[in-house]
Amino acid sequence: MINREAADAVIPAEAGTQSIGLGPDFRRGDVKISSAARNGCKVCAPLGASVVFRGIENGMALLHGSQGCSTYIRRYMISHFKEPVDIASSNFAESATIFGGKSNLFTALDNLIEQYHPALIGVASTCLSETIGENVPALLQEYRAQRELRNLPFLIPVSTPSYSGTHMDGFHGSVRAIVDGLSRKELEPARVSLFPGFVSPADLRYLKDILRDFELPFTLLPDYSDSLDAPAWDHYRLISPGGTSIKDIQSMGSSLAAIEFGRTLSGANTAAQLLEERFSVKRHTLGLPIGIGETDRLFALLSSLSGKPVPEKYTGERLRLVDSYFDAHKTVFGARAVVYGEEDLAIGLCSLLAETGIQPVLCASGGESGRLEQELLEAAPACAGKTKVMEGVDFAEIAEEAEGLSVDLLIGNSKGYPIAKKLKAPLVRVGFPIHDRFGAQRQLHLGYRGAQNLFDQITNALIQMRQDASDIGYLYM
Amino acid sequence: MSVLPQRQAQIYRKGPKPFTMACEKTSLAGSVSQRACVFCGSRVVLYPIADALHLVHGPIGCAAYTWDIRGALSFGPQLHRMSFSTDLREMDVIYGGAVKLEQALFQLIDAYQPKAAFVYSTCIVGVIGDDVAGVCRKVGVARGIPVIPVESEGFKGTKKDGYAAACEALFTLIGTSPVEGIPKLSINILGDFNIAGEVWIIKRYYERLGIHVVASITGDGRIDDIRRAHGASLNVVQCSGSMTPLATLMENRYGIPFLRVSYFGIEDMSRALYDVAKFFDDKDILERTRTLVREEAGTVLPIVKAYRRDLEGKKAAIYVGGAFKAFSLVRALRLLGIRTVLVGTQTGNKADYERLKDLCDEGTIIVDDSNPIELAAFLQEKGVHLLVGGVKERPIAYKLGIGFCDHNHERKVPLSGYEGMAHFAREVYSTLMTPVWRFALRAPEVQA
Repeated sequence: MINREAADAVIPAEAGTQSIGLGPDFRRGDVKISSAARNGCKVCAPLGASVVFRGIENGMALLHGSQGCSTYIRRYMISHFKEPVDIASSNFAESATIFGGKSNLFTALDNLIEQYHPALIGVASTCLSETIGENVPALLQEYRAQRELRNLPFLIPVSTPSYSGTHMDGFHGSVRAIVDGLSRKELEPARVSLFPGFVSPADLRYLKDILRDFELPFTLLPDYSDSLDAPAWDHYRLISPGGTSIKDIQSMGSSLAAIEFGRTLSGANTAAQLLEERFSVKRHTLGLPIGIGETDRLFALLSSLSGKPVPEKYTGERLRLVDSYFDAHKTVFGARAVVYGEEDLAIGLCSLLAETGIQPVLCASGGESGRLEQELLEAAPACAGKTKVMEGVDFAEIAEEAEGLSVDLLIGNSKGYPIAKKLKAPLVRVGFPIHDRFGAQRQLHLGYRGAQNLFDQITNALIQMRQDASDIGYLYM
Repeated sequence: MSVLPQRQAQIYRKGPKPFTMACEKTSLAGSVSQRACVFCGSRVVLYPIADALHLVHGPIGCAAYTWDIRGALSFGPQLHRMSFSTDLREMDVIYGGAVKLEQALFQLIDAYQPKAAFVYSTCIVGVIGDDVAGVCRKVGVARGIPVIPVESEGFKGTKKDGYAAACEALFTLIGTSPVEGIPKLSINILGDFNIAGEVWIIKRYYERLGIHVVASITGDGRIDDIRRAHGASLNVVQCSGSMTPLATLMENRYGIPFLRVSYFGIEDMSRALYDVAKFFDDKDILERTRTLVREEAGTVLPIVKAYRRDLEGKKAAIYVGGAFKAFSLVRALRLLGIRTVLVGTQTGNKADYERLKDLCDEGTIIVDDSNPIELAAFLQEKGVHLLVGGVKERPIAYKLGIGFCDHNHERKVPLSGYEGMAHFAREVYSTLMTPVWRFALRAPEVQA
């Protein structure tokens, strides 16, 4: 019913052949741009915090800063998850900036508690509150003291200045802050603590299946598989149900092991590192399990932790995946791919591509861990000498680099679409954000099944590109 | 679900109780306002100027979240669709960001050769005290283009203050270019942002009337046009919340009067054209206006009527940024046989709300600066079938199995003018007639 081309229909006749499209390709000359980001390949730390706190049961995020921070981040997350995302703000005004944000923060906490009755509030700072030197942990202590008679939710401060790092720093920092604030050593039966990083709701569900099938008791943190991929409701929910229970987080001090996904995290101060240091829980840092190689490492670890062989269900998935690699090897071999996004996601994707015969010609990220190249080569040695690795880049730099690389395929979030359009190469949308398609929550990246899903999408994207470009358009293989 | 006590004064139910409405205040901390910040207000107003460099001075977030966020089209330059940021880091915050800003401006201007540059200050710039105006002056002189600071620190007020800051920035451009050759029968279009090409529809109408458009501010906007906007005889202002400050500045300095209009819906579109025609007091123009309205309305009305048969009796809720859009929506929905039972805005003033009250039926809930909990509660209470709003309101409706139409910056289909009304009718129809709502879990009596 909706006239899809309505916008095209009103383009003035005089526009003629002029570009209406995307191409920011009117850059002139060869000026080096070193002091500005052009189409950033990252967002800011409070966004990562906001995702994490949506993955705690009955948890809410409150950003200590201007109203815009929470509204922009809500909008950004809603466009991806297609779910209500309520993030509160302490809504700084000019006076708060001069005299401190205490009274705004206290009012915000009062109102948030009254309206939403959360069990936990994550209070994330912003560039503004950090710059004026707000001491959020001290303010929260004061708030607790003042409101002592009330049954207060847990209040977890996390430092997320937007001028430092990316949304991934906000993500991992918040996971650590939650563990720091809640975990104790308890006599509970030992569980595995799993810190999956910023993956999709479908990934989280699949990880839970895997751990259940190994009969390993576990705590997954964060777990927004339900809260950010909720079903239709019969009535409006103040806080979308689902998430890691606070009780489970509290017992993390007695974990059997702590597993974290993200090769660039090794050596970093993370939740798993904290559990190791404070409670002597063994820390295992693995790559995001994307592709057979990285997933095998996860299954080997789970096998050793549980003392059980890999369940048949997964050996079956793995061999069906192998079978599909065999079937499609000629279609994909030698295809040249650009991979971009968060560093650990990019490493995982390159590892999948490399093991299937696709050449990642560029692996780029807005993150700057300083470890991307080294960790990529650990995960996918085949990339040595073949993959250009770029840290701390923006999309304009990726576009400029990709131009000379004869690219067949791009893999990353939807923000790379202008580059794909310009290069006339297909884009397989993964990760975050996916703002121009439905189903971001359902995109499965992890494990054998995730690799199967991605491999099929990649293979078919390549076939479609060739089919569309061909006068014949073969109908069978 | 509870409405916070401090928010009660911002909600009015049309009935015997006397009308009062608290509004135009900063959002209540912790209430999860649907508003953004001062920066947002400036950014949305200036963004559609397609041949300017828009540089966001601050950490990456503010630029990243507003990258290509609006469907404001341009035929020709597309520079506005790029997201430029000084991407300030910790060291810049400690030692100041002015040096980086200056370098960024020189590099970007040399690389992209824009006609002007806007430099948006974000929160921390206001705190660390960079001399943004000084840097802008220096770079502007060195490169020979206007480099304009926009005082849009997020915390310095509400989104509306951001509109005003954008108007101040625009006003520095106006009057900087000769106006020779501009005919007497000329206007500026203020406050149409060319979402999905809407300004092109409106421009075509004015051209048919024989009225010359000097500058569109800012939809499909060009710096050179804006510089000579003071040569027009009249400012025609849509989206009055954002553009009235500029119209007032221009009236005071250049004596250019302004008219408030809306291009949405058959009634408002026709009234806009007649008001402009009357202003010029020209027989030919008036005659051409009559012809245009007759022809265009004559084409659209049968379409609207056809849809209306199935839509009669449905109930709608509206939550939008500005009040003028809300007025038009109430009328346009009424033309489709749909009654508005809830209407709210982010930035309306007291007079706006009074007008909304007069326009709406008994029992209608009117709300200022609402939040998701209130909106959800009202949608359920009123048994609403259709919510008209923006992306942030969309999931509230969909989670409950309620229809939704986007009337915000992200829409991809033009809703202005007569053809826009046909698109809107079609969209409302497809939204309400889809068979999927029968799977909704809400109590059936609410859905009826």
